[in-house]
Amino acid sequence: MMHISATVNGTHRMGEVEPRLLLVHWLRENLGLVGTPIGCDTSNCGACTVLLDGQSVKSCNMLAVQADGSNITTIQGLGPEGEMGTIQKAFKECHGLQCGYCTPGMVTAAADLLAENPDPTEEEIREGLHGNLCRCTGYHNIVKSVQLAAAEMRGAK
Amino acid sequence: MTDTIEEAPASIGQPKRRKEDARLLMGETEWTDNIQLPGTLHMAFLRSSIAHAKILRIDTSAAKLAEGVVHVYTGEDFPGQPGSTCVWPVTADIVMTHYPAICTDEVRYGGDVVAVVLATERYLAADALDLIDVDYEPLPAVVDMEEALKEGSPLVHESAGTNRCYTHNMPCGDYEAAKAKADVVVSRRFINQRLIPSPMETRAVVAAPQGMADEITLWTSTQIPHVLRVLLALLTGIPENQIRVVAPDVGGGFGGKLQISREEVLALILAKRLGRPVKWSETRSENMVAMHHGRDQIQDIEIAATKDGKLLGMKVDLLADMGAYLQIITPGTPLLGMFMYSGIYKMEALDFTCTGVYTNKTTTDAYRGAGRPESTFAIERIMDELAAELGMEPMELRKLNWVKHEEFPFTNVAGLTYDTGNYEAATERALELFGYDELRAEQAARRAAGDPVQLGIGISTFTEMCGLAPSRTLGALNYVAGGWEHCTLRVLPTGKVELVTGTAPHGQGHATVWSQIAADVIGVPFEDIEVIYGDTGRAPYGMDTYGSRSLAVGGQAIKVAGERLVEKARIIAAHQLEVSPEDIEFNKGVYSVKGDPEKSNTIQGIAFAAFTAHNLPPGVEPTLHGEATVDPIDFSYPHGTHLAAMEVDTETGKVTLRKYVAVDDCGIQINPMIVEGQVHGGLAQGIAQAMYEGALYDNDGNLLTASMGEYLLPSSADLPSFITDRTVTPSTTHPLGTKGIGEAGAIASTPAIINGVVDAIRHLGVNDVLMPASPQNVWRAIQAAQNGGAA
Ligand code: FES
Ligand code: FES
Repeated sequence: MMHISATVNGTHRMGEVEPRLLLVHWLRENLGLVGTPIGCDTSNCGACTVLLDGQSVKSCNMLAVQADGSNITTIQGLGPEGEMGTIQKAFKECHGLQCGYCTPGMVTAAADLLAENPDPTEEEIREGLHGNLCRCTGYHNIVKSVQLAAAEMRGAK
Repeated sequence: MTDTIEEAPASIGQPKRRKEDARLLMGETEWTDNIQLPGTLHMAFLRSSIAHAKILRIDTSAAKLAEGVVHVYTGEDFPGQPGSTCVWPVTADIVMTHYPAICTDEVRYGGDVVAVVLATERYLAADALDLIDVDYEPLPAVVDMEEALKEGSPLVHESAGTNRCYTHNMPCGDYEAAKAKADVVVSRRFINQRLIPSPMETRAVVAAPQGMADEITLWTSTQIPHVLRVLLALLTGIPENQIRVVAPDVGGGFGGKLQISREEVLALILAKRLGRPVKWSETRSENMVAMHHGRDQIQDIEIAATKDGKLLGMKVDLLADMGAYLQIITPGTPLLGMFMYSGIYKMEALDFTCTGVYTNKTTTDAYRGAGRPESTFAIERIMDELAAELGMEPMELRKLNWVKHEEFPFTNVAGLTYDTGNYEAATERALELFGYDELRAEQAARRAAGDPVQLGIGISTFTEMCGLAPSRTLGALNYVAGGWEHCTLRVLPTGKVELVTGTAPHGQGHATVWSQIAADVIGVPFEDIEVIYGDTGRAPYGMDTYGSRSLAVGGQAIKVAGERLVEKARIIAAHQLEVSPEDIEFNKGVYSVKGDPEKSNTIQGIAFAAFTAHNLPPGVEPTLHGEATVDPIDFSYPHGTHLAAMEVDTETGKVTLRKYVAVDDCGIQINPMIVEGQVHGGLAQGIAQAMYEGALYDNDGNLLTASMGEYLLPSSADLPSFITDRTVTPSTTHPLGTKGIGEAGAIASTPAIINGVVDAIRHLGVNDVLMPASPQNVWRAIQAAQNGGAA
């Protein structure tokens, strides 16, 4: 067993974990943060995307112990407490989700994308999110959601 | 209580933002894998790595001693226990076979289950699988359908004596007579390749003895909680009234979760036997082999026409790959397209034959469209081939043969009556949005210039049948269940409303759309309605969600239940306002006396009166609710015109989708935003079949595309934005005028893309391209055509 401590959604969390425990399982099963789902076992789908020190990472592709000392934000900590943030609201407004399974990863990846590029073109959005698969929406409305979120965030500045 | 509510605008037709979304967007979800119950045993499956083999010996002794392992089971522990069942024996002489919960003596596809481990932790259950030792004696694998039907082929099921599962023939009219009159007969072989449904949430099950008395609850990521409950009772012997099935949040299905699986059967049996929760969460790699696949047909299509392009008849000869076993509707899936091979066209004869074939591969079953994508592909592809043969413009050939809008209702050659449609209007709108003439001009210019990148235009003018289904029709087809749907509406004492539906959404937005319908019918605010679904405990009656049936059938039940509720409340209102019910007007939730609108009560007020029951008219029971179980009178027939502009690099075979226009007609739209979302998602899947996806097996029956790394699900970078619009021709078989829209995009788009690809390179002698139209497949088609005749 190894010790891990990290700031998760603004709260200090720690515990003893097996060295092989995946970060996504630590979040879901040990911390109960089940808002971050798992969609694959080959790090292809992006469903498990979280922000680690501000960068989007696939939490199935990391060991929990590798996140020791880091600052993690999951979908459950992305907006203001109990509310949706700008990106989440834009996804609702533009019907950027159907079943919602890819959504936590998609929104989180979009947050990272917009932090780096506040005014992306459609092509930049499509390229930027290509590591996050969605089987429901055909991506059309996801792209629109990210465009709307970008406009709102630029407007807010 | 006579307070009035503000007049609400009609909810139907508004692009209401979804009720479901805030929760899903904030991660407050209830996926099956989220459920953690104390004392849970984690279930893991040892799956065969070979397609076909005798099991000589299984040694589980080391696994049984491993850390955390509580039980290890093999087939011997469940003698004769079926793991799934087929409810659609399509012919009297169909060869049905046993699908074991755990294999005993033989494995029949890569992924078949040979042992089950229960352990205290997920990781420990997986570890123990590596300690189980199985001795196999490999048997020759049956992979190719045509080989499988040859005399002397190895057999998937030795005891069946054949790999032929069934042959179903449906002659409509006299095809030979029609052909004898023809000037032109075109035949083609199309391959509708095998696909893997791939919802983003894989399957997961939790079974736990919980609740009252002997009840056992099974949470499962399914599209069919109600049907599943019946089948689980039949297969396990556990009384139906002790099983509660809950489909919590379900992360997509696309037909893949229209199933009863051995994983569900075993979880239920073991939780019951051990008296503690049993949980299984499927890995993606497991899902690729163990959840059923879709499509996989060889289609021999022949079409006969006059030299002027008038269609006379069509002959359809299918081989449909069943895979190793029959599951819920495996043999029926290809037949769901049987009545639709003539598409939107008039013809005298259709001769349809389908042979189902067992192979040592994953079972096939429903996948978005189920049978109709295959039929639409065949007719829309052969129309382009016929046009080329006749030297006609492909759209002109279609116009010449389609059912004109004044000819509805129209009974097609297979006997289905299309209630309404307007192919002219949808096509006109699509041509306009597409810029058809300009693109044809560009195509000609590029061709003349010998541009290495050629342009093609793909057309798909389609219809489909949805709204499964009138129960009598299903009975006539040997399907063992009905096609009705249920709704209960309750106005609670506080005025809040519960809408209980038998549909089981997994991304379609039923909570929103059903609220819109009920808001208008009973005149309550959209926000006040809570939709209850996906739980046989709370929503006991239903036939679930598949085949674009939820609105087409379930929507009718909401309307009728609402109307019954309104009528009951009218009687109470009349009594309290001291007039007769005929003197009461109902408008937007308010009952008022005709000619004296001051005297009124709201539906909420009446609900409270029905709760206190202090002053009800004689013979009227307390509580305000309405119920309906509706059997649809007929299918409904969405249609549309889809156009694709395809660029093909003739030197590399690379295909690019430049522009896609979809004009659909799904009748009255309750929520156009959701309709459009359904179209987008369907398009992505249909385009993916044409351009990206395909499950490939080697000659030994190993699935080569067994992970997301190898099976190419399109990402955002692989697809363009779509141009969509709708024409509105209300259905006359549905009281709200709606049709279905869940599958239209997937049905229409595949032939549009391939027609476009072939159109781009037809001048090089190409008349077909294998799907997916990968650079390799396209390049090969060009090479084959150049080196002597068409592929
Ligand atoms: S679950 Fe992490 S990438 Fe798929
Ligand atoms: S919304 Fe279902 S996978 Fe994206």
